[in-house]
Amino acid sequence: MNINKHKSTIKRILNKIAKYKWSVMASLFCAFLTVVFTLYVPILIGRAIDCIVGAGEVNFNAMGMILVQIAVVIFITAAAQWVMSHINNQVTYRVVKDIRTQAFNKLESLPLRYIDSHAHGDLISRIIADIDQFSDGLLMGFTQLFTGVLTIIGTLFFMFFINPIIAALVVFVTPLSLFVASFIAKRTYSMFRMQSQTRGELTSLVEEMLGNQKVVKAFAYEDEAQRKFEVINEDLRIWGLKATFFSSITNPATRFVNSLVYACVGIAGAFAAVNGFLTVGQLSSFLSYANQYTKPFNEISGVVTELQNALASAARVFELIDEEVEVEDDSNAIVLDHAKGEVVLEHVDFSYNPSVTLIEDMNLYAGQGKRIAIVGPTGCGKSTVINLLMRFYDVNAGSIKVDGNDVRNITRKSLRSEYGMVLQETWLKTGTIRENIAYGKPDASEEVIITAAKEAHAHSFISRMPQGYDTIISEDGGNLSQGQKQLLCIARVMLCLPPILILDEATSSIDTRTELKIQKAFAKMMEGRTSFIVAHRLSTIKEADVILVMREGHIIEQGTHEDLLTKNGFYAQLYNSQFAV
Amino acid sequence: MRKLLKYLSEYKRESIMGPLFKLLEASFELLVPLVMARVIDIGIKNHDLSYILSMGGILVFLGAIGLVCSITAQYFAAKAAAGFGTSIRNDLFAHINSLSYQEIDTIGTATLITRMTSDVNQVQSGVNLFLRLFLRSPFIVFGAMIMAFTIDVKAALIFAVSIPVLSVVVFGIMIFSMPLYKKVQKQLDRVLLTARENLGGVRVIRAFNRQNDEVRRFDDENGTLVRFQVFVGKISALMNPLTYVIINLAIIILINTGANRVEVGIITQGQVVALVNYMSQILVELVKLANLIITISKALACANRISSVFSIEPGIKQTNQNEVKEETDVPKLEFDQVSLFYQGAKAESLAGIGFQVMKGETIGIIGGTGSGKTTLVNLIPRFYDVSQGSVKVGGINVKDYPLSQLRKLVGIVPQRAVLFKGSIRENMQWGKREASDEEIYRALRIAQAKEIVDEKGEGLDFIIEAGGKNLSGGQRQRLTIARAIVKDPQILILDDSASALDFATDARLRKAIKEETKDMTVFLVSQRASTIRNADRIVVLDDGQMAGCGKHGELIESCEVYREICLSQLSEKEVQ
Repeated sequence: MNINKHKSTIKRILNKIAKYKWSVMASLFCAFLTVVFTLYVPILIGRAIDCIVGAGEVNFNAMGMILVQIAVVIFITAAAQWVMSHINNQVTYRVVKDIRTQAFNKLESLPLRYIDSHAHGDLISRIIADIDQFSDGLLMGFTQLFTGVLTIIGTLFFMFFINPIIAALVVFVTPLSLFVASFIAKRTYSMFRMQSQTRGELTSLVEEMLGNQKVVKAFAYEDEAQRKFEVINEDLRIWGLKATFFSSITNPATRFVNSLVYACVGIAGAFAAVNGFLTVGQLSSFLSYANQYTKPFNEISGVVTELQNALASAARVFELIDEEVEVEDDSNAIVLDHAKGEVVLEHVDFSYNPSVTLIEDMNLYAGQGKRIAIVGPTGCGKSTVINLLMRFYDVNAGSIKVDGNDVRNITRKSLRSEYGMVLQETWLKTGTIRENIAYGKPDASEEVIITAAKEAHAHSFISRMPQGYDTIISEDGGNLSQGQKQLLCIARVMLCLPPILILDEATSSIDTRTELKIQKAFAKMMEGRTSFIVAHRLSTIKEADVILVMREGHIIEQGTHEDLLTKNGFYAQLYNSQFAV
Repeated sequence: MRKLLKYLSEYKRESIMGPLFKLLEASFELLVPLVMARVIDIGIKNHDLSYILSMGGILVFLGAIGLVCSITAQYFAAKAAAGFGTSIRNDLFAHINSLSYQEIDTIGTATLITRMTSDVNQVQSGVNLFLRLFLRSPFIVFGAMIMAFTIDVKAALIFAVSIPVLSVVVFGIMIFSMPLYKKVQKQLDRVLLTARENLGGVRVIRAFNRQNDEVRRFDDENGTLVRFQVFVGKISALMNPLTYVIINLAIIILINTGANRVEVGIITQGQVVALVNYMSQILVELVKLANLIITISKALACANRISSVFSIEPGIKQTNQNEVKEETDVPKLEFDQVSLFYQGAKAESLAGIGFQVMKGETIGIIGGTGSGKTTLVNLIPRFYDVSQGSVKVGGINVKDYPLSQLRKLVGIVPQRAVLFKGSIRENMQWGKREASDEEIYRALRIAQAKEIVDEKGEGLDFIIEAGGKNLSGGQRQRLTIARAIVKDPQILILDDSASALDFATDARLRKAIKEETKDMTVFLVSQRASTIRNADRIVVLDDGQMAGCGKHGELIESCEVYREICLSQLSEKEVQ
């Protein structure tokens, strides 16, 4: 990642943290206390040991004083350490909460164009996994980076304070362990890459074969699948062994270097002690420093990787947060209330992708209370028209008017509440059936809810469910059939009954006999309301006032069912093909 | 877990040698403080430089042997773990493939995939860590205590007290915080669910102007998450300060006791230093052990999940391995009073279904959603076993066929059009490995799919992406139909597999199948009356019952359900 991007990401993170600057200061102060005192303890212990020279040569008075000092110091250290961790937790999780909420807010105001053109999995992983990674990194950075650096500096300071020569020795030998670790890491990197690549191959094979196991069985393909699987699995074994083994050398190797350092300090210290430059207690302090000194180095290299990941994750989150939101409503936009429902499209041009034209010069007049049906083959732009009507997307040229007002001059909220929409994909939220039916009017009374359900022919199946209207719909409506879900979506609109309706393949997943009943409900619902009906089952749209036949973004035919049949064009062809042999 | 242990027994040698070498290394490590004690007590005290040097030499030597031992141990552990994981994967994959539709439905494919991938990985790395570390840490903890006893019993008693106290603190905090971490994870899942739901329902949410409510709801969930996180953080944050206090208090007492013992000449100054060193070592190892236990308990949970998959018996067993010969002069297919209960279902999905089909006939199956159409055709290749009655192909019960022979006879095109990563040719050869290009092209023509291949410059070598993502829904459907035809089955089942085709293509497809494959018995499952109205016989299903069976003309007169279905789709005139 380039450095500037890194810098600006760091700056923004610091900005977020600035809100908690007093807490951060307190945490840093505690960290300082912790490190200094932690390092001071070995010195005190060394001094205590120096009071124990040999039989009959123990200075109990001096030692007692020192032991009391140690006790005081460790209690202060422990307290400071706990306060520090607690503050770090709080600050990290609060910062993360702020960012996550901000990202989610963004989700609710992003233009549909953005949401439709990005994989949902990717957006979710930014809000969940990336922010999680960021929080781990931030927490680790807080707790370990600062204390780690401080520990190294402090250890050096204390070591030089006791004996500069041995301290210098430690400083020269320890980089060896870092060198060894990075040497091994570089060698193992390619093995890890191969391992995860092979693992990826294996996973995609597993997903394909197990995900479609019914097909595998239908074609008695099991043996072939097993053979393919075992080939990749054997590769995985080989790479897995190599990667695991070589990476696990790091630990013993650095430990060996540490024991070299320990031996050096021991010998040099003992020589110095023999010559009277060092006491035995100081030697023992040194030995415990030599044990500790390399630890923060190893930790810091881990922290740095973690921080880099965190930064990359944060950058991805900020990218989402920085996306442009839907164009704000104009400040003097009209608030539509109880519209008549006259919808006019004039010379509308639209395409999702500038290089591929879709809708060109589309004109349509839907008078108040008229029923407009849109038919045509897949990909002809039927659903696009809905996107434009609801103003999920804005037209590229031309205009759409409701009751004579350009939709761009109407507040989105009021425009959308004039529309009732039932889509092909039946989305329900996790919650009770009651909440779902009342989604458009959360304060609706029980009576109103039941009436709506009855009109949508949903009441009977709801009553048969164990908890009736209080049945919780699990994620994505797993406990309901597709048809039942659709009925609930219809009930949801029945409850609001706005002046304009959009029914997009609304009954496609309901069998035709049930559909017949719903059609009746629809007919009642559509009375006096302007409605747009998209369908590929032609039987459902015969009654429409106007049928628009679309093909490749253009309206190629327009008229009533009878008109179009007489015309014997594309519609007639579509219609008659239903009855071919 | 016990079930999985047999996979480790293939690597018995590695599994024993690994920990053994690890213990060897640990023992050398335990000797270091004693050597240092000698340096102090003998070397420094007597100003014996050569003694100090030789002791230094011993330290380096101990380190070097430790290095060799531990690398050897890592190798054995890695080898055992990798082999263990690989064998489990192979067997698990084979086992899952032996399961029938019934079990796949109950467990769910997503779960099976997780078992197969991340669960096995977790167990594998758990085994690796276990072999490497699980003996080492306790060994060092107790080893340090034993070494202390060799120095001085009275001082060692301090070890005997502080080890249990430390263990209580370390494991206590761990046991207390583990369920809390699970709670945090669960809450994170809820946050994830909320986000996912909002993306999926973005149009509905905006159409109903509920954005602000959704933000509030997310904020609530998110706030709860933070509360949990801070709480569990507060508790885990106790670990370091508490253990720090305990270990250092122990050291204070140790020095004090040591001083008394030195004063009376029982131990030396160097030995006090050694005792302090042993005490510091204990803490590091106990914390390592605690972390290890967390990892291992996670791996154990994964292992149990894997074992539970292994313990599922395939519901459909093949009793006969030898090919059977079909009888002549019998109906090609016969359903005799067939009923089916799905496992766990309240009502039967099919009840009392009976009809016969002659060779070469086309059978239409129609009915509302959930009426049992797909279930019925799934009985023919024995994807499910009937609960009552029997299904016979060529006069022989499907249960008496070897599965591979039966499934060779039947070509089924499922509702969901699935293709696999690879060239079109490879996909077409799924049913018949040695199918020639000519055979493939013939099938493509019948399935109205030839133009799809012709459009692609690469022809049959065109590479289909995983899941057939680079093809449209209609193209996928036609290719899956062709794939079944390549197999040249005696019975072809199209399970609503023309739903994404427009009426004209659908009609051409049916015509081609009828003309080109005269001997083939064809089942057409559909919701469209127009698709099945010209079939030789139509089976009408209603809530798992057979509401009628006959030709279009007869059913219009006699079958009320059929009449309703037709009238809901076609006009009175068209129905006649």
